[in-house]
Amino acid sequence: MSDVRELYQSVILDHNKKPRNFRRPEGSNRRADGYNPLCGDKVTVHLRIEDDVVRDVGFEGTGCAISTASASMMTESIKGRSVAEAERLFERFHHVVTGEIGIPPAVEEMTALGKLAVFAGVREYPARVKCATLVWHALHSALEGRADAVSTE
Amino acid sequence: MSPLDVKRLREDFPILHQTVRDGRPLVYLDNAATTQKPRAVIDAIRRYYERDNANIHRGVHELSERATAAYEGARALVQRFIGASSPREIIFTRGTTEAINLVAQSFARPRVRPGDEILISTMEHHSNIVPWQMLCEQTGAVLRVVPIDDRGDLVMDELAARLGERTRLLALVHVSNALGTVNPVREIVALAHERGVPVLLDGAQAVAHARVDMRDLGCDFYAFSGHKLYGPTGIGVLYGRSELLEAMPPWQGGGDMIASVTFEKTTYNTLPYKFEAGTPHIAGGIGLGAAIEYVNAVGLDAIAAYEAELLDYATRGVSSVPGVRLIGTARRKSGVVSFVVNGVHAHDVGTILDQEGVAIRTGHHCAQPVMERFGVPATARASLALYNTRDDVDALVAALRKVAEVFA
Repeated sequence: MSDVRELYQSVILDHNKKPRNFRRPEGSNRRADGYNPLCGDKVTVHLRIEDDVVRDVGFEGTGCAISTASASMMTESIKGRSVAEAERLFERFHHVVTGEIGIPPAVEEMTALGKLAVFAGVREYPARVKCATLVWHALHSALEGRADAVSTE
Repeated sequence: MSPLDVKRLREDFPILHQTVRDGRPLVYLDNAATTQKPRAVIDAIRRYYERDNANIHRGVHELSERATAAYEGARALVQRFIGASSPREIIFTRGTTEAINLVAQSFARPRVRPGDEILISTMEHHSNIVPWQMLCEQTGAVLRVVPIDDRGDLVMDELAARLGERTRLLALVHVSNALGTVNPVREIVALAHERGVPVLLDGAQAVAHARVDMRDLGCDFYAFSGHKLYGPTGIGVLYGRSELLEAMPPWQGGGDMIASVTFEKTTYNTLPYKFEAGTPHIAGGIGLGAAIEYVNAVGLDAIAAYEAELLDYATRGVSSVPGVRLIGTARRKSGVVSFVVNGVHAHDVGTILDQEGVAIRTGHHCAQPVMERFGVPATARASLALYNTRDDVDALVAALRKVAEVFA
């Protein structure tokens, strides 16, 4: 049987317990809110973008382990990347976690995701996909400079 | 009253006998969301479609007569089930939500003036909040809210204080879906009536779990859904006192709700048809009738006694798990155990339980003001039905211990 620990891997549990960049960075100049009406999860992404590069990133809000860990690891993954690279990562992440149930993602996709590949297991839990993607949608919106709240519904 | 033979009753529910998530026996504890259906209900619906299917009330042929008799027979069953004085007082709706909206738009809207008040409580389901907010926007009326205390009981003094001269309706939940609180509705109805305030009760979580009698409660309106009463989805009931229903304008126009139509003048049909425009959910009504017959045969007093004992067992079991805090510890409760696990979001609890085959609900339970009152974003909720057993509760508690292991 599928073990729930494939979803709740230790790295996810660790980021849930000690979220990184859980703050509003000094001098942040872009933000976007994400809201999942299904579970009440709320997240705000703050970015400091200079010269088209994400110089600093942080998040605030409340959510489940999957959404908190996803937010925490997202911040670590995009800091220092260009806006275009961050966007590409958003697309890759989205593609992997929303992939078809029972079909593992391609090896190169997993490699490109780096540490974020631990979220690939989420695709086996359709009810939880939105938890993993919420913060990424907010990031996408903040990168585009849209400040309106994104909703997973 | 004989105690329930639950082992035998479980045989009546085909869906319970399956495994989920790679071989775990299903433990269904999400009954406040919807109950499972006994074979008697499933068979009644199938029989109707295989044998009697026809439109009702206007056919001269035999199938239409049979379908009409079955549908109206179900209405009579509902009437006796809740102790209404006439089938004219039983309006079939799509569910509790539609019943409440009907009262808001047809009863309240023509009567309220700017500055008038509609009184609800903090523990309402969104379906007993939003229709009133819409009414307030339409009319300039004001929505007032009775607070609840830390246990999840209504603050009765505050309720009395808010029943004022401008209160046009009290709309209150009978049993809270998020907390399990059983409100003292008979006393509340009496109090409201002393002040001349009519009362609508939301009985969605009540009717499957204890005897509910309109003569005893004395309320003006009562709403409930079929699917939380072992019946099908898409069918529900609005009970209304006939003198109130008589005076109310129709809500929706269409076929079946008219006596005659010309372009100059349309005369509306009598009760209850005035409020049932269009071809109704005939199979749903018949299924609901079969569900009521099933519940009657088992016996609501026996169900209530059994579930009370099981609730006590479940409350002790869930509380025994380290880090678990109950949300909703009212003096009188129905079979709902709502809780949070320290440091673990309700959704994570739900996913881990699901992997163990235990189906519960997690989230805000369409009662966000309740979540806010208790300062939590969401809760996990186990809710009981007549077919649940101590084994089900034991599986729930074991799965909760697994949550602690994963998140240790």
